[in-house]
Amino acid sequence: MTSIYETPVGLPRRAVSIQIDGEEVKISEGATILDACKAHGTDVPTLCYGDTLDPVNACRVCVVEVEGNRVLVPSCSRKVEPGMVINTDNERTRHSRKLVLELLGSSVDLSAAPMVAGWNDQYQADPMRFGESKTVRQPVKVDNDLYVRDYSRCILCYKCVDACGEQWQNSFAISVAGRGFNAHISTEFDVGLPDSACVYCGNCVEVCPTGALMFKTEHDMRVAETWNESVQQQTTTICPYCGVGCSLTLHTQDNTIVKVTSPHESAVGSGNLCIKGRFGFQHVQTLKHN
Amino acid sequence: MDLRFPKEEPTLAEVQALDAVLGESHVVEGWQRERGGAHLAAEQRPQLLAALHALQDRVGWVSPGGLGELCRRLDVPPAEAYGVASFYAMFSMEERPSRVVHVCADLACQVLGAGALLDAVQAECGNPNQTGVPGAWQPSPCLGLCERGPAILVTEAGDPAHEAVIAPAIATDVAVALRIGPKGLGAEAPVVAAVPQAATPQGAAELVLLKRVGVVDPTSLDDYRAHGGYEALRAAFAMGPTGVIREVTDSNLVGRGGAAFPAGRKWAAVAAQSVRTRYLVCNADESEPGTFKDRVIIEGDPFSLIEAMTICAFATGCEQGFVYLRGEYPRALEHLRHAIDTARDRGYLGTNVMGLGFAFDITIVRGAGAYICGEETAIFNSIEGYRGEPRSKPPFPVEVGLFGKPTVVNNVETLVNVLPIVLNGGPAYAAIGTAGSSGTKVFCVSGAVANAGVYELPFGATLRELIDLAGGVPNGRSLKAVLLGGAAGSFVRADEIDFPLTLEGARAHNTTLGSGVVMVLDDTVDLPTFLRRIAAFFRDESCGQCVPCRVGTVRQEEALIRITLGPRSAAQNEADLTILRDVGRAMRDASICGLGQTAWSAIESAIDRLGALQ
Repeated sequence: MTSIYETPVGLPRRAVSIQIDGEEVKISEGATILDACKAHGTDVPTLCYGDTLDPVNACRVCVVEVEGNRVLVPSCSRKVEPGMVINTDNERTRHSRKLVLELLGSSVDLSAAPMVAGWNDQYQADPMRFGESKTVRQPVKVDNDLYVRDYSRCILCYKCVDACGEQWQNSFAISVAGRGFNAHISTEFDVGLPDSACVYCGNCVEVCPTGALMFKTEHDMRVAETWNESVQQQTTTICPYCGVGCSLTLHTQDNTIVKVTSPHESAVGSGNLCIKGRFGFQHVQTLKHN
Repeated sequence: MDLRFPKEEPTLAEVQALDAVLGESHVVEGWQRERGGAHLAAEQRPQLLAALHALQDRVGWVSPGGLGELCRRLDVPPAEAYGVASFYAMFSMEERPSRVVHVCADLACQVLGAGALLDAVQAECGNPNQTGVPGAWQPSPCLGLCERGPAILVTEAGDPAHEAVIAPAIATDVAVALRIGPKGLGAEAPVVAAVPQAATPQGAAELVLLKRVGVVDPTSLDDYRAHGGYEALRAAFAMGPTGVIREVTDSNLVGRGGAAFPAGRKWAAVAAQSVRTRYLVCNADESEPGTFKDRVIIEGDPFSLIEAMTICAFATGCEQGFVYLRGEYPRALEHLRHAIDTARDRGYLGTNVMGLGFAFDITIVRGAGAYICGEETAIFNSIEGYRGEPRSKPPFPVEVGLFGKPTVVNNVETLVNVLPIVLNGGPAYAAIGTAGSSGTKVFCVSGAVANAGVYELPFGATLRELIDLAGGVPNGRSLKAVLLGGAAGSFVRADEIDFPLTLEGARAHNTTLGSGVVMVLDDTVDLPTFLRRIAAFFRDESCGQCVPCRVGTVRQEEALIRITLGPRSAAQNEADLTILRDVGRAMRDASICGLGQTAWSAIESAIDRLGALQ
């Protein structure tokens, strides 16, 4: 997690020397393997990793081989150690990534996760190979006017729970409930959001990697088949509501705001907003009568 | 944090149940919460599991009203409390009959006829999980009564709640239990019945760790002292903390829970930490199907565990210890609770142990039906009041463990080994057994043998000798295979049993001792059903955190069902075997913890060594 409060202004970090795919790489102490791979230009897929959240290393698509370790390690959370010899793209890591993509793809609707189709090709993953098998398919939960929850698309990355809870919003409206394949994101006793502690900040929507949490506007347009990202414009501006000055990115289609995000690198909110900035855009486009 | 609680009100019984475990209601409201709230909430969170038990024990389920009241008192967000409660199999989130009979459907009981029992119960008592009746029954994972299966556990909510076990059980027992509840059931077999060696003088002479089981009164501290109790602690105080660690290191004792990590190295690592607050966690959550040794030790000789934990705490500088006891052990809970209270009353626990100025106390944390909580970091989350999901390592528990502090986490059997080590010295202990595996080992022998039970032998005996000691395969049947290490272990063939049961011997034979499970299968075993049960076990017990295990255990079971139950072409079977191997390899390589990493081991060994699924 990087925020304005954690800007590294302390003592300079030591450089750690490691090997990635046979090449020597220097990276500052405390960095993760994923940081090192990014700095080195090595491509490692990630799904549950969130740039504004602590890594939970649950999806396991980012696993790499660290020589001397019995099992593969998650690059998103494992810190580099001097002399580490890391293989990011050998047969063993490719096998695990392929299987993670197949297992997820066979149980979850990943059609709204932008990178997955490309990775399926890259790793020759065939999510259909298991035939008729158990999935998390279920109806979309529409219980308020602002955002919907389509848990058929949920990969249980914990990001929404962490964003709602102690890492950002401190609302604790949702948690992972149940166990094993029946684990799912839920309010207490699965009550609807209006009866829960939800404050509709939409910070869960901001971090959801698979479209399981979606603006109601986007959901309705997708159902109506009018959603078209290729013609949308993104305009970054400042929220007009209060003096905090959060950055907003307005997504517009046909000159109408269809959803609002916030740049994660913004030092003000690190991608987080409140209900007003996230969902209070109707006044901009409600036309005056007469 | 501004919490919002369910609008349902708790019942009087729920309020009383929470009063009993949390003290009289003192809900922190409004500004008070603002002032001390976050700190207070963090202190209260570890009471969550006990409070959930209180609700479940009193009214038979965790209702929205009860959960809301609990959250108000502990300052826990309701969604989180719901997430924790729904993680554990023993908590029902829906109203159900107050009387529940859990019929073991797991591996060891299956060998002893659990399949037939379940069919008969269904015929006599109707479908499982019925509502609107005074009592309901349900199939259950291993109850840890493997030496005398098929086993049932009867629970009845109320004030007080009651629990009882019957093993071996027949369908009529289930019907009677449903009608009259646990109170009317007969007494449980004595603990010593699970230790066949104790029946003969020469057998009893071989026992070291189990020597007091059946000999001492497990409820009497005086009797324990009369049989050598607390001599080891006295010796430990005399040699000092570093002296104790030296002896444990020299003994070459390794962990008995399955991972075989050197105990001395673990203790030394914790003792060397600069952080003052450290914790000791005794892992008594043995839930590996076929494991019941810790139950026998705690039921038969609970003070030995308390003494051993005190020695460990003295050596490593812990002031607080926890015993995480699996939830399905009513007699072990009763004996251990009584023993801890007695030890505290008599000055063997508390602020001034044996008058020597050393402070140490032990809290029992009762598990709630989750195999994964036996994992060494999941156990921390469970104790802290969170979902029992394993943590990522590193950091390791010796540095960052329970409540973020350096923590020793050891299995029950590992800890009680410390008593003979301290009394006789590390080198003397290291001389027992073999060069690579020192000391004695408690094996849990179950399945198709004449005398199932726990057997304690110096490392080095062969598997054949152990099976012979247990009376061999009865009724003129022949040995088919042995499952070593439980569901997470592997099979060996009948012609492979002449290797020594040592760490190095097992490794050389490409198998594992695990926690000491030796489950014997004769030629009548229905191997496909047995394998499906293993797959179902892992599917049920996966915590769901990481993808390879959460989805992989489901795909593994599906493929196994297709291969063993469907009319299939050779090509289809080949494709499913490939799926099993592919999924199994990814689970082993990429899962977070040992559960996923071993979820394919037994099935793989059945295919490769027993020629199953051909």
